Amino acid sequence: MNEMTKLTPKDFETDQEVRWCPGCGDYAILKAVQRIMPEIGAIPEKTVFVSGIGCSSRFPYYMETYGFHTIHGRAPAVATGVKLANPELDVWIITGDGDALSIGGNHTMHLIRRNLDCQFLLFNNEIYGLTKGQYSPTSRVGTRSPSTPFGSVDRPVTPCAFALGSGARFVARGIDTHKNLGNVLKAAHGHRGTSFVEIYQNCIVYNDDVFAPFTAKPNAAENQLWVEHGKPMLFNGGTMGIALDRIDLHLHVVDVVDGNWQAAGVLVHDENNRGIAHMLVDMRVDQGLPIALGVIYQNPAPTFESAVVEQNAAAAKGKKPDLQALIAKGQNWTVEA
Amino acid sequence: MATAARDVNTETTAHPNEEAVVVRFAGDSGDGMQLTGGQFTLSTALAGNDLATFPDFPAEIRAPQGTLFGVSAFQINFGSEAIDTAGDMADVLIAMNPAALKSNLSGLRLGGLIIADEGEFGPRNLAKAGYAVSPLTDDSLAKWQLLGFNISQLTLDSVKPFGLGNKEALRCKNMWTLGLALWMFDRERGPIIEWLKAKFAKNPTLADANIAALNAGHAYGETAELTGPLKQHHIAKAEAEPGLYRTVTGSDSIALGLVAGAQLAGLPMFFGGYPITPASAILHNLSKYKEYGVTTFQAEDEIAAIASAIGASYAGQLGITSSSGPGIALKGEAMGLAIMTELPLVIINSQRGGPSTGLPTKTEQSDLYQAVYGRNGDAPLPVIAARSPSDAFDCAIEAVRIATQYMTPVMLLTDGYIANAAEPWKVPDMSTYEPFPVTFLDHVPDGGFRPYSRDEKLARPWVKPGTPGLIHRIGGIEKQVDTGHIDYNPANHQAMTDLRQAKVAGIADSIPDQAVDLGEAGAKLVFVGWGSTYGPIHQAVRRARAKGLDVAHIHIRHIWPLPKNLGDLLRSFGKVIVPEMNTGQLKTVLRDQYLVDARPLNKVSGQPFRIAEIEAAIEEALS
Ligand code: SF4
Repeated sequence: MNEMTKLTPKDFETDQEVRWCPGCGDYAILKAVQRIMPEIGAIPEKTVFVSGIGCSSRFPYYMETYGFHTIHGRAPAVATGVKLANPELDVWIITGDGDALSIGGNHTMHLIRRNLDCQFLLFNNEIYGLTKGQYSPTSRVGTRSPSTPFGSVDRPVTPCAFALGSGARFVARGIDTHKNLGNVLKAAHGHRGTSFVEIYQNCIVYNDDVFAPFTAKPNAAENQLWVEHGKPMLFNGGTMGIALDRIDLHLHVVDVVDGNWQAAGVLVHDENNRGIAHMLVDMRVDQGLPIALGVIYQNPAPTFESAVVEQNAAAAKGKKPDLQALIAKGQNWTVEA
Repeated sequence: MATAARDVNTETTAHPNEEAVVVRFAGDSGDGMQLTGGQFTLSTALAGNDLATFPDFPAEIRAPQGTLFGVSAFQINFGSEAIDTAGDMADVLIAMNPAALKSNLSGLRLGGLIIADEGEFGPRNLAKAGYAVSPLTDDSLAKWQLLGFNISQLTLDSVKPFGLGNKEALRCKNMWTLGLALWMFDRERGPIIEWLKAKFAKNPTLADANIAALNAGHAYGETAELTGPLKQHHIAKAEAEPGLYRTVTGSDSIALGLVAGAQLAGLPMFFGGYPITPASAILHNLSKYKEYGVTTFQAEDEIAAIASAIGASYAGQLGITSSSGPGIALKGEAMGLAIMTELPLVIINSQRGGPSTGLPTKTEQSDLYQAVYGRNGDAPLPVIAARSPSDAFDCAIEAVRIATQYMTPVMLLTDGYIANAAEPWKVPDMSTYEPFPVTFLDHVPDGGFRPYSRDEKLARPWVKPGTPGLIHRIGGIEKQVDTGHIDYNPANHQAMTDLRQAKVAGIADSIPDQAVDLGEAGAKLVFVGWGSTYGPIHQAVRRARAKGLDVAHIHIRHIWPLPKNLGDLLRSFGKVIVPEMNTGQLKTVLRDQYLVDARPLNKVSGQPFRIAEIEAAIEEALS
């Protein structure tokens, strides 16, 4: 980026009136994204935000970059075409729990397994907001909603587990209003490949406080585990840690006395460890475990668009395009005059 | 009101001219009949005959051997005059087993020749085909000429020196049969021997065995001194314009036409596809053309195939997707997105029998409503239909032209028949095609940049993300006139709906007037067709006119918008009949657009029209 034109978060705001409900978590996420844009050196015209349908998917209209508000569930597919057509573009996908995991679940899976280079931000509010509050595929059993007046009976999907199961090479979590969200987003942008980021987003109108058990002030310290590569998995001000039961192979909480986490057997976070990542994303407050947040798994692999570009180049190498010759190719014959 | 096409199957429809012959190869799907037919087609083209083919294969990949539903057939019509169809009734039926005989006999003209492989007419195969006694020995085939000999045994004898296993040896049966057919029509074996050598380059023994079988079949015809029906035919060369020719199927010519169209537009191409019969061959073909700036993407489903193509168009490439009816249905919502965002996109529908899964390997043209009307909202979209494999080349180019010049998705209709059928094609001179280069907007125009401003064709500017100064957002929500901002106002929606409508209607200004293919405006009767019915309609009208009947043929390429003169043209005729392989879809559109009394002639059997069926309808209409 040109030093002369140092951009500020303001440069990434549009003149469009933001139309989320007052108090919606989406505002905080928008601010966080706009805040990190100058820090990651984003070039507005080389940046494209692609979204599907839902409250979160209005996002591109509010970013002063190129943007494409597509159709329900299909943002990953549109983004794949964008990136394959121009790998130079910095592609962000903005989606929600219904968009990415219900109607668009198939595309999400294939985006991740192909490892297209993009940032995939899933705003999880465990509800359908735009259609006025039906339960979603991430809603917990028993969620009462207009379509489930007696409570939902089907079990929810865990977005990060779905991502890992689809072969994700980057899985992270953040919270809409938490100060760490910016760092998570920056890490996602720094990773080459599909960076899957689940953001717990509070829908103040239809599902208020659904994440309060770990986001509310009094619960936060005890129930949020922010992992960092190479650092011990400590929380609650360093008085608690996560250890591995090596017999039963599950994670559990241990008390840390006088900061001696080694003695307590606290795990050091290794973001390359896929097995531990699977366990981390499955931790739940109602099981007496904190919620894992931050970059849970990162292990880069070749990206889809680079493989496509390479193969296209290799297959075309040494061949001169000659349309006239191409259409005449195969077994042909001449009729003499 | 609807008149079903009468199934005309009498001797009077037998091939009237000696200059053309229809041969049908039929066997088990494992017998290699499509390969045999393909090679016979090539040798026929090389011999200078005009031709048309009709591959007719089962939906099952490996249907149980010997069963009726496992029969695969390949029909070729060739001759010294212009050939437009694969032929009504076969003159020669080569039946490799009882099931093949049974399921193809109704397509053999009375008095036609049956060549049957006696070796396959054992009790097991007879039972599988539902024969109590062998039709070769009772009198049930008396209406035809019958030649039975043990092709299986003759093949085994001919390949004995190569030490193949019994199964492998029998696989050479199709080449033995091809050899016999080559002898019957006095064809060169050379090109096929070359082809076998190339095909089995890694296994010279197999190549030699197949060549031996081919030679043996040929020699059998020459030396067996069969009296009666087996005799050599000489079909004179068809008159053809001088030039370079090749055979093409619709799948070949569409892929080539798309490459040509992209080059004429000066664009790299992105093709998003998902496997489906009978459209997959277009994806296969394009995936080989990397040096022409083609990226192919096999998506996870039909929706992702079109959505990725839209993404690529948005990013500045020519986005293309292709499918058949069921897949096109899935793409419907995304087509609306392309209409709303006014991005270029080509959608190809290789139609097949429907609804639902329908008849995957059979042909039909029942997706016209789907193409013209099949989306939510007022969602106008130009539709073009190819009439033949070679015509599909120009139609593909035309689709690219309209898509890029008008910033709109375009639907190109073909069908299973066009996709698979082969015909000779005079290779066009690409320098005679007018380029239509695309210009991307890359600077702020005078008066400021408005993403939904319009040129004289009502097309909006195409801006690639990455372009400084032109940052903007698009999406599927209703756009404000000019600015492209979200706008739900009633007056704006009215204005935008009108604009989208007017833009597509305006395409009629850039397409040629509808021509009369045969006959003159003002005739007593006109047959109006579209798509792959061209051949049978054209031949039937030609024959009727030769008999002095006052009938004309119109064949419509631009289904939507229709050519500007079409209404007046149709009103000039005494009667209008629309033959279609559906229950009357173009008929409805014509009635709606022009208030003309268009009458339907329908056939939905999964098989193309026969010339005789249309001829009969002409005679009835004029009687
Ligand atoms: S409905 Fe919920 S998620 Fe949607 S904008 Fe309102 S608060 Fe936000």
